[in-house]
Amino acid sequence: MSRTPKLVALLAAAAVGLTGCSSGSSDSGASNEGGVTTLELWTHNGGNPTELAVNKKVVDAFNASQSKYKVKLQSFPQASYNDAVTAAASAKKLPCVMDIDGPNVPNWAWAGYLQPLDLGAGFFDKQLPSTLGKVDDKVYSFGHYDVAMSLIARKSVLTQNGIRIPTLDQPWTGDEFDAAVGKIKAGGKFAFPLDMGTAGTGEWIPYAYSPLLQSFGGDLVNRETYQSATGVLNGPEALEWASWFRGLITKGYAQQKSGKDSTVDFVNGKSAIMWNGSWAADAVTKKFGADVVFLPPPDFGKGPKIGGASWQWGMSSSCAAKDGALEYLKFSAKPEYYVDYATALGLIPANTDAAAQVPNFAPGGKYRFFLELSQKHALVRPVTPAYPFIASTFQKAVSDILAGGDAQKILDKAAKDIDNNIKSNGNYEF
Amino acid sequence: MTTSTARRGRLIQVARSALVIFFAFPLLFMFVASFKPDAQIFADLGSIKAILPVGDVSLENYRGVFDRVPAARFLVNSVLVSAVTVVLGILINSMAAFALSRMRWRGRRVVLAAIIATLIVPFETFALPLVWWVNKLPWLEIHGFQLRLTEGWLDTYQVQILPFVANAFSIYLFYQYFTSIPVELDEAARMDGAGWFGIYRRVVMPLSGPAIATVAILTFLPAWNSYLWPLMVVQSEELRPVMIGIQYFFQLNVSWGQIMAYASMITVPVLVLFVAFQRAFIGSIASAGVKG
Repeated sequence: MSRTPKLVALLAAAAVGLTGCSSGSSDSGASNEGGVTTLELWTHNGGNPTELAVNKKVVDAFNASQSKYKVKLQSFPQASYNDAVTAAASAKKLPCVMDIDGPNVPNWAWAGYLQPLDLGAGFFDKQLPSTLGKVDDKVYSFGHYDVAMSLIARKSVLTQNGIRIPTLDQPWTGDEFDAAVGKIKAGGKFAFPLDMGTAGTGEWIPYAYSPLLQSFGGDLVNRETYQSATGVLNGPEALEWASWFRGLITKGYAQQKSGKDSTVDFVNGKSAIMWNGSWAADAVTKKFGADVVFLPPPDFGKGPKIGGASWQWGMSSSCAAKDGALEYLKFSAKPEYYVDYATALGLIPANTDAAAQVPNFAPGGKYRFFLELSQKHALVRPVTPAYPFIASTFQKAVSDILAGGDAQKILDKAAKDIDNNIKSNGNYEF
Repeated sequence: MTTSTARRGRLIQVARSALVIFFAFPLLFMFVASFKPDAQIFADLGSIKAILPVGDVSLENYRGVFDRVPAARFLVNSVLVSAVTVVLGILINSMAAFALSRMRWRGRRVVLAAIIATLIVPFETFALPLVWWVNKLPWLEIHGFQLRLTEGWLDTYQVQILPFVANAFSIYLFYQYFTSIPVELDEAARMDGAGWFGIYRRVVMPLSGPAIATVAILTFLPAWNSYLWPLMVVQSEELRPVMIGIQYFFQLNVSWGQIMAYASMITVPVLVLFVAFQRAFIGSIASAGVKG
């Protein structure tokens, strides 16, 4: 009996000791302490020390440049970054500044995660168009770099087989490409001369393969309205693409499931031609030196196509310190940081002034090809909030087509699923 | 007869050895590959060399692991989260099971049935509501000499521990085990003046070693392997567990040697724990007549 009053007294004392009962948490990615506003910044670069170092360099420079704001960087591994953002959004705990994979920008803007960047007219005049996250003519994000897909081969292998080396101005036609791979196959040195990276998963599938579909004349969705995939994803051109893609497997040109790492296989001499991104350039050049050639994708009828847009920076719609976030983003868009990213990562600088300052991408530079390829043939993935659904539907369709399923049925179903998704989300209207 | 028995014994031995090799192969490959550069891992894949430490063997991948991720920090976090979850889990679940198996109170069968029924609900189905819930829960923080009431458990250690302390399967396992301990022991203890807590602490728990070991293992494994939950609720790198760390290695240019090195590092504690407790674990599973 005597314990109860003591307990009550203890609880009362504890309650008196509680100060403020404040949340102590930063609900909207920013908190203020001692007159300094701390902004949270999230990046997908956990485990990528090279890019993370540039992120930190920019953040440190911004923090040192003024005393009103302090940016606190938090890195996540790329493979789980989107899930972490989605979970944070559902708990209303998004950071102020975050990076976003380009094709996801429309969806995140539609879902209310992002707000447009009010950085003034002409701010992005020098920006590579594929690196701007634009929705309804409003810029939601911008990137410091882009990447480009290309065919990677060895000059010696092509010339030994009497194959013309294509250029940006004169790419292979679809028939020429097939004939080239066929010749190498017939030479007998390569069991599977072409590596299409078919072991890849996730966003790799639409990024790598939808440009080939577009080159045939098909697409993931009708880009005039963004309301339907019927006719473009399951039309005759799309069927032709599917038949060609499956044909690479049935003819023994490529594996249904390639090795886990195409670059390693190419470097080890397992494949003669590889369909891969510009991020593989350093590894293959290191191994084969001047023998490596980077080639544009074939023209299957509608011109060579590659995907555009990589990681970009944006501001969350719930950011409590909008001015600070904009100030940071403005600071980070200095050409010198585009140069830093391009130099450190070997990726295409997304700013024309910066490109001239990076030897590899300046005119005559060894990777200039990727910049020109990107400028000439990059097509952003469909600018619609439906994109994540379209991408996952396309991933499944590609997997089924490569496995030998009935292409018409597979594509009809994919188009129908996408149409239904768009309808059931009220046409994704903002 | 003797010859055929011996032959059968030898055949069983051969079959067992084959099974051991079959199951040990991936682990052996992982461990050996962790010492090889990427190109060699792939080059060795098609031959016996894949599981032999031959060629360009070094600790380079392990060095790379520590350059890429704060592996030591992740390991410490996982040990802390797993250990506290196990200790609290053993205490809370055994107490619950004790109340259900030894005390006589109205509705205990219904409560037991309700607890067991929760086993059929997969975690993924209530993960998101749980995020919302823990985001609203209060917590007391010590700031200097003051206590501060905060809202939300996101990005903390407690959010990785407390939701997983109470566990229906552990309660059921303890319950099954406790029912096999004669009630007469309780009565004898009561004659000696023991209360319920005394019976729990001095009689039932000391006799439940195998059940405790089993619950320890079955609680430790999901806590150690936890991936989805910390991904959703932990934002700070300094609080992340080891399983999130594996994702750090899947970049555009994947380093398989480093992945194998990291995987080896995070597998060893689990293997050590299992080997240490395996006798009690098997004994408890056999006596409780259940499996996880």
